[in-house]
Amino acid sequence: MPGIDEPDYDSGVVKKFMYVNRKAPFGTIYALEVLEMVLISAAFEQDVHLAFVDDGVYQIKKGQDTKGIGMKSFLPTYRALEGYDIEKLYVEKESLEERGLTADDLVVPVEVIDRAAMAELIDSMDVVLSG
Amino acid sequence: MKFGILVNEGPYNHQASDSAYMFAKAALAKGHEIYRVFFYYDGVNNANKLSEPPSDDRNVIKRWSELAKEHKLDLVVCVAAALRRGIKDELLAEGFRISGLGQLIESGIQCDRQVVFGD
Repeated sequence: MPGIDEPDYDSGVVKKFMYVNRKAPFGTIYALEVLEMVLISAAFEQDVHLAFVDDGVYQIKKGQDTKGIGMKSFLPTYRALEGYDIEKLYVEKESLEERGLTADDLVVPVEVIDRAAMAELIDSMDVVLSG
Repeated sequence: MKFGILVNEGPYNHQASDSAYMFAKAALAKGHEIYRVFFYYDGVNNANKLSEPPSDDRNVIKRWSELAKEHKLDLVVCVAAALRRGIKDELLAEGFRISGLGQLIESGIQCDRQVVFGD
């Protein structure tokens, strides 16, 4: 990942940011570029949340090897999020089940919540950014 | 109301930029403030002045430049996303500037609503 710029101002305002990940990790660039946003918002000391829904749950699936497709894997970054105090990770239960996955298949500890709870959680956020 | 706008897709390939432009125009007409328009992912291609659409079609890039000039809009292109896609200072259409992702986060902090255009 590129270096994280230190924010050049301090607003004193802390908002609830949520990043909604809906796409599988390597077919498009969305997952990688969402991670870049996530790390910057942590540098701004915002209250960061990540949601994984639909094919987005594949972003944090264990056992992925990108050698064959010639792309750099950014999966280690998910495991490093804890070091940036980003620990609010939510996965939609239905999305996991529809793909035959469970929380044990994921590379990071997450909270599994159902679709209705996810909707409520998103509704409670100040800023929702998606990829 | 103070709006921040995020454009996540490139011009012509996707309607996101058209919708964002129309939203910005309508919001300004109603007296709202557009704090910043931030271009991310393939959205950075909206700043490419070398774009030349057929003359009977809208010019997405020029339209943003003109709106920015008229309303002093802050059009910001993400540097990391731009470099990946070959968008550099010498390619920027009028009214655009390149800066960091922090500008997007700041927009989210400062605005009443951060509106996202993309898939």
